[in-house]
Amino acid sequence: MSVWQAEVRVWLKPSVFDPQGAAVQQALRSLGHDGVEEVRIGKSMVLTVRAETAAEAEDQVRAMCEELLCNPVMETYTFTVRPLEEASVGGRAR
Amino acid sequence: MRWAVIVFPGSNCDEDARWAIERATGDAVDLVWHTQASLDGYDAIVLPGGFSYGDYLRSGAIARFSPVMQAVRRAAEAGRLVLGICNGFQILTEAGLLPGALVRNDHLQFRCELCELEVVSADSPFTAGYQPGERIRIPIAHGEGRYIADPSTLDALERKGRVAFRYRDNVNGSLRGIAGILGHRGNVLGMMPHPERAVAEWMGSVDGLRVFTSMRVWHEARAKGGVEVG
Repeated sequence: MSVWQAEVRVWLKPSVFDPQGAAVQQALRSLGHDGVEEVRIGKSMVLTVRAETAAEAEDQVRAMCEELLCNPVMETYTFTVRPLEEASVGGRAR
Repeated sequence: MRWAVIVFPGSNCDEDARWAIERATGDAVDLVWHTQASLDGYDAIVLPGGFSYGDYLRSGAIARFSPVMQAVRRAAEAGRLVLGICNGFQILTEAGLLPGALVRNDHLQFRCELCELEVVSADSPFTAGYQPGERIRIPIAHGEGRYIADPSTLDALERKGRVAFRYRDNVNGSLRGIAGILGHRGNVLGMMPHPERAVAEWMGSVDGLRVFTSMRVWHEARAKGGVEVG
């Protein structure tokens, strides 16, 4: 069993207006950053997950996104999974 | 008629809702803690406004997992009346009992003001006491009340008379100005404005009273076998 770190990013679907992003874009423009075409603001969540393999960890995180972390009516998500540490074998079996 | 007002950690309009319903209908109203798994015996269930679970993750996202929500779902399926006000509306959309979602107001402001609405559908247990097209005044108090759904869902809501209320002056950028929608059988209503805050002259409006009196009239008629939902 290994420990994995997943970083989940959730943000509004492109079709949904993001008023926070628009406000930040205006603020950036007022600072002289004229080249900012668009700002979209989302959330980043870091999860520590125990799983046998990276694929299993990914399956778990995907299910979490679908069930709770992301509301597909308004949001979309991506995530990455990387090994955090090799946990000692012979620990709890799943 | 027996009413339950559900109390989640972070609900803050529960007492107001109880007071308003008692005033409007003369019925007794129970406050029901969210850990209760049964709502048997209640004819109407109200999910009040507030900030359940601190609005963590998304408004209403965590409340959906409270034990009482399974009972709310069963009550809705059984044709009993379920009314979600403000955060209660957000919870109903997160739970999938109503379509769409409520997101940050387009101007980013938290708006707390008396608001003019149009009664779009007066053909529901919650709105039968209003005239279609009637203009009423009910306060809003929210930062995340902009109703969104995909175009086909919006079309279906409008075609099937499931838009209950529309903002006269779209205060939050809701798609098609939607302030309240009905479930597919008509026995579930979610609305961002607070009818419980418009039940006495000193509140500035009494236009919210008829939400509760309509529910009572509908229930009484149904109890006599006069009306069936959906």
